Amino acid sequence: MNKTATLYLVLLIAAVIAPFVGYPVFLMTCLCFGLFACAFNLLIGFTGLLSFGHAMFFGLAAYVCGHAAKEWGWTPEVAVIFATACTAVLGYVVGWLAVRRQGIYFAMVTLALSQMVYFFCVQAPFTYAEDGIQSIPRGKFLGLIDLTSDTAMYFFVLAFFIFGFWLIQRIIYSPFGQVLKSIRENEPRALSLGYDVDKYKLMAFVLSAAIAGLAGAVKSLALGIATLTDVGWQMSGEVVLMTLLGGMGTILGPVVGASAIITMQNYLSGLGSWVTIIMGVTFVICVLLFRRGIVGEIEYRFGKKTSK
Amino acid sequence: MTEIFGVPIQAFMGQLTIGLVNGAFYAMLSLGLAVIFGMLNIVNFAHGALYMMGAMFSWMLLKYADVNYWFALVLAPVGVGIVGVIIEKTMLRWLYQLDHLYGLLLTFGLALILEGAFREAYGSSGAPYDAPDVFKGVFNLGFMFLPKYRAWVVFASAVVCIATWYMIEKTKLGAYLRAGTENPKLVQAFGINVPLMVTLTYAFGVGLAGLAGVLAAPVYQVSALMGSNIIIVVFAVVVIGGMGSIMGSILTGLALGIIEGLTKVFYPEASSTVVYIIMVIVLLIRPTGLFGREK
Repeated sequence: MNKTATLYLVLLIAAVIAPFVGYPVFLMTCLCFGLFACAFNLLIGFTGLLSFGHAMFFGLAAYVCGHAAKEWGWTPEVAVIFATACTAVLGYVVGWLAVRRQGIYFAMVTLALSQMVYFFCVQAPFTYAEDGIQSIPRGKFLGLIDLTSDTAMYFFVLAFFIFGFWLIQRIIYSPFGQVLKSIRENEPRALSLGYDVDKYKLMAFVLSAAIAGLAGAVKSLALGIATLTDVGWQMSGEVVLMTLLGGMGTILGPVVGASAIITMQNYLSGLGSWVTIIMGVTFVICVLLFRRGIVGEIEYRFGKKTSK
Repeated sequence: MTEIFGVPIQAFMGQLTIGLVNGAFYAMLSLGLAVIFGMLNIVNFAHGALYMMGAMFSWMLLKYADVNYWFALVLAPVGVGIVGVIIEKTMLRWLYQLDHLYGLLLTFGLALILEGAFREAYGSSGAPYDAPDVFKGVFNLGFMFLPKYRAWVVFASAVVCIATWYMIEKTKLGAYLRAGTENPKLVQAFGINVPLMVTLTYAFGVGLAGLAGVLAAPVYQVSALMGSNIIIVVFAVVVIGGMGSIMGSILTGLALGIIEGLTKVFYPEASSTVVYIIMVIVLLIRPTGLFGREK
């Protein structure tokens, strides 16, 4: 068995044992934001597109899933799938508009469009504006298994996380993923080789949006709330930071980064605005001194040792 | 009462002047962004936070040092400019060789730090800042009442915008700047101190944001959140106008402010999204922006 497979096996075992050792709600939050950051990383790390509006997919999916589970009484897995499908559609529309511009303009367009979605969520009746959708029922998986206990819910979240994570892996190592990487490295070259670059970018954007939506939908069930925080630009910034801190373009980095940020927010939640300041400082430090991120740095050091 | 398009003329003109005032701020901010982007190739996400800082500085000057509006109008932008010099010298300088995206991320981090710091110190509710006595009251134009301060904001920002345009397009200094934007290496070879020029450009751009902040202080509540509310709209303005042209940024800013104001009259529900909707339309018709040129 090779090293990577061993690593994943160890991680899987750890993930299965974790809820019996740690606090399941905290672990679920880490998994949801980890998947969200992985989805974001598919764009920034593997296609070279910086979307500064990914919260719109995360947040909207949370609302849709919460609404479907609470008002329509759908079972959790159907609500999650429906919400994911909705964000895929939104992702298609937003991506279709945004791929018209490159680089920082792409970032600004996605940010502006996400702000539009934010204002839609402020005004739409089903989101309950400032209150958000509260006490979303977790329901019964397939109508059979009750998810009210945190441990049961944890495995529900873990299943979706593993699915999303596996899907991203498949995308990255597929021929399609190789084309995405070539776009990241040299877009004009990829274009001149005959690849319809915009179409590839759009596909990557839709996939990333859908997986981000999956994360948001599962999160709304796990924590029982969907609020404006999930869809605001600060959330878009947070997911950028998670990915940057963990390591852009690494497979596990986003999960590590997300866990680090969630842990930090948990410990510092009593400090009010200091959380914002510390996040800002982390951003600045990461950009100036630590661009590889945690996992990227480990890979770099480790890789260097083996080559010697 | 006289009506225009079925709306009382007073309400119509009121929103129109508010729109003009907002447009003036959009114009000054997007102008600063365009100047900075031209020279540094960085989209300054901290622009909103520095605008907030300008307003905060003038409020603090009044509160702690009893410095009045007129001095604040000079001191606060200079203060913001100095902060800009520090940011450029210590941080942005290291990013010029990297992907442009890192500049955006760094300045986003700075925006978080500034906003968090001011919120920690002064809360997020906001404080009033009175306009100087000269500007209290209104002009009676016969068909409407025009608050004097609003007229002053529009006038002052028009002067600043035109002066900036003149400086960049018509003077020797502006010629250096435009040359530096096109080809910094060549300009440096002619013996012009490009790094210094870059620093001063950044300071000037954020100084403009600071000045807009001072002008905005009496119009809005001075609060730590005022920057993040405006910066995303300004980004949309920049996407619509394109960052290639100075006059383009000014005109786009003004026009969008007015459109936003009028939307408040005719269809208030859409007033917060109308700028983004226009952005979508522009992206569909002219992806490079109204005045833009893709390099």
